[in-house]
Amino acid sequence: MIIHISNSASHSLPGPEDIHREVLSNGITVLTRSNFNSPSVSISGYIQTGSLFDPDEKLGLADFAASALMRGTVKYSFDELYNDLESVGASLGFDAGLHTTSFSGRALAEDLSLLLGLLSEILRQPTFPKVEVEKLRHQLLTGLAIRAQDTADMADLAFDKTLFRNHPYSRPEDGDPETVKAITRADLVKYHKQNFGPRGMAIAIVGAVEPERAVDLVKHALLSWKNPAQPEVPPVPNPKPLTAAANRHHKITGKSQADIVIGSYGPRRKDDDYMAASLGNSVLGQFGMMGRIGESVREKSGLAYYAYSSLSAGVGPGSWTVSAGVNPGNVKKATELIVKELKRFVVDGVTKEELTDSKANFIGRLPLSLESNGGVANALLTIERYDLGLDYYRRYPNIVNAVKQDDVVAVARKYIDPERLVIATAGP
Amino acid sequence: MPNNLTKTKLSNGLTVLLKEIHSAPLISSWAWYRVGSRDEVPPLTGISHLVEHMQFKGTPNYPASLMERAVARDGGMWNAFTFLDWTTFFETMPADKIDLALRLEADRMLNSIFDEKEFLSERTVVISEREGNENEPMFLLNEAIQQAAFRVHSYHHEVIGDLADLKTMTRDDLYRHYKTYYVPNNAVIGLAGDFETEAMLARIRELFESIPAGATPPRLARPEPESRGETRVTVEGPGETVYLEAVYHIPAASHPDFIPLSVLDSLLAGPSNLNMFGGGGISNKTSRLYRALVDKEFAVGLSAGSNTTVDPFLYSISLTVHPGRKPEETLAALDAEIERVQDKLVSRQEIKRAIKQARANFAYGTDNITNQAFWLGHAEMFASYDWFESYLEKLEKVTPKDVLRVARQYFRPQSRVVGTYIPTGKEKK
Repeated sequence: MIIHISNSASHSLPGPEDIHREVLSNGITVLTRSNFNSPSVSISGYIQTGSLFDPDEKLGLADFAASALMRGTVKYSFDELYNDLESVGASLGFDAGLHTTSFSGRALAEDLSLLLGLLSEILRQPTFPKVEVEKLRHQLLTGLAIRAQDTADMADLAFDKTLFRNHPYSRPEDGDPETVKAITRADLVKYHKQNFGPRGMAIAIVGAVEPERAVDLVKHALLSWKNPAQPEVPPVPNPKPLTAAANRHHKITGKSQADIVIGSYGPRRKDDDYMAASLGNSVLGQFGMMGRIGESVREKSGLAYYAYSSLSAGVGPGSWTVSAGVNPGNVKKATELIVKELKRFVVDGVTKEELTDSKANFIGRLPLSLESNGGVANALLTIERYDLGLDYYRRYPNIVNAVKQDDVVAVARKYIDPERLVIATAGP
Repeated sequence: MPNNLTKTKLSNGLTVLLKEIHSAPLISSWAWYRVGSRDEVPPLTGISHLVEHMQFKGTPNYPASLMERAVARDGGMWNAFTFLDWTTFFETMPADKIDLALRLEADRMLNSIFDEKEFLSERTVVISEREGNENEPMFLLNEAIQQAAFRVHSYHHEVIGDLADLKTMTRDDLYRHYKTYYVPNNAVIGLAGDFETEAMLARIRELFESIPAGATPPRLARPEPESRGETRVTVEGPGETVYLEAVYHIPAASHPDFIPLSVLDSLLAGPSNLNMFGGGGISNKTSRLYRALVDKEFAVGLSAGSNTTVDPFLYSISLTVHPGRKPEETLAALDAEIERVQDKLVSRQEIKRAIKQARANFAYGTDNITNQAFWLGHAEMFASYDWFESYLEKLEKVTPKDVLRVARQYFRPQSRVVGTYIPTGKEKK
């Protein structure tokens, strides 16, 4: 090896001395990190309202509201707002999740002030114009009609519905055609008025801007925002344990591929065993070409183009799933292979070598995942949302390396019972 | 060397492009071969893509599992793509681990095994990939449109190939294809990132220059004759959503008219994103077609764009038809907008706006090493890296008259194909 490596970026991982964090008096947390390598900035953030407490009969309300935010405000029409953004090559978008409504955007550094001004206007003064709401409703309903034809989406929905019975997590965030039809303009106005507020809001700004200036711009745009009516964030109920295996098939005729989702509960992001589960998941269905699942279902059997496992860990109870897309005639065979791998995973755990490999991968890939402004902005928000500490990415190698083989097998057994799996499929 | 770029050719014909960028401790390495689906004839459609898959199945030095494991352990990202004109393989690694990628790429340029058993299993993986594509109405529609647009040129078929050919091609067919096209004189290596050029070039010579050159591979090129009328195709399938797609024949990326066409695209449908990784994402809600079609409720979704190809390919406009409209109404609204750019000069202001958007997209693309390395070799596949570097400069020279001329010349109904996806009915619950 003769390549000389320069040390230009040895401190490239974000840490306490280059992340600036400040909490404004109205409850907004601002996180910034400068990067002058490119003349652009990324912003990313969230406010504390989401689809979790949508009424059943108006499911999709938070999602509808997030999509409608940019359809018109007190100062701007829909077209004027996008004209300001698009004319300078900037972007901004909103998306409702279960617990939060998030936003992200990007602009040339010279246009950051414009971007934050629009963000403030959109968050605080949307008008939900009637004509625009109806246009948007058609678009959302078409989206749901397309979703109904998507075998992967429908298998995921069937999985959540079965695993999280009677829990708010069982419901699709974007609602159903009937519930989206039931949402009125008045619902949107009321939802915004009650739930949007600065308390618990976080915003990360990363790119070609000094931290002081970024904070000043946020203050200028959002410090005067108040909403005394903003409700406290309610706790997430615990789901019922799985007492038996459960299968569910969602039929979609005329499709050449079926999708399978198999799994159970998983940890919360803040749980102590999250990292052990995450490393275990890597061995199971991520590492290299999709881990053991990929090896079994794709490489050895040639049954699928994709077959992998994932851990979905957030504020509330998570899920741990294996997904694959296969020919409808191979659903049974692929399911058997996946269940066999899950059994092996909980009985034998992972080998020392496999664990070492995944640890190396987790640590080694950090520079790549934190390369772009957008990547760093998301990392700062993760730190904030889950209280990980500004030194998290500096401590990260130690956190990863502390996980032992026994920890992995313990967390696998805690969440995955091969006799009590949810198996959801969608396809012909 | 104001842009830190070095371009050179090794004695075996391998072109090497290196660009030092010291913004992050990463290096991205791309190996490009001038072979893609346009080099295929039946019964071997899809063979280039299948060969790309087999390039992950190992050499005597690097068995499949070892390759995979080595890259993942080092925290790298790697993948490959097959397109109409080219096949490419990339690795983005922490800078101090890039040597692995170079050794691996040099090795599989020459020594891939193409084991029979591995081939049989990979064949079904690719068939499964095709079945997944067939689940998507837009894939089915695109496939039908592309074959209607190209009767003679081998852009006729989809990159993934036809099922009949995927089922019958053999390991030996693949190996022959590999040996024909994977020669250094048919390849380009492009690296960008945190390295020193001199040392990197020396290492590349050490690893790649001993690979023997082969015969210059043939390039299949049967020019598509001018079409003598509009073609309409329909595809039926499940669902309840109607899709409409109109495609126009446009010149190759290296043709001067490609640039005013890019400006026209930006005005019609919003700025196309040139960034393969990590960039772009400017919305199109104030574009002419959005205002005329989506805002006026003829469509609920819109996308459009072209590809940077070696030979003339297509400019394509895809619309998700509004549930309250018939596809003919939506098409008529589209035609009215096309006629508008053919009848009246666009304003200089609109062109300036398109340039600012392109400038922003370029800036976004520079915060990603993988994207910057991608462009080194990619531009070489259809023009040269200079095409990319001078792109903004060329845009700035476009005048309203240029836009009018290309709109009239290329957006003629006689040279287009219009396709409609007709859903066969609502799903019964």
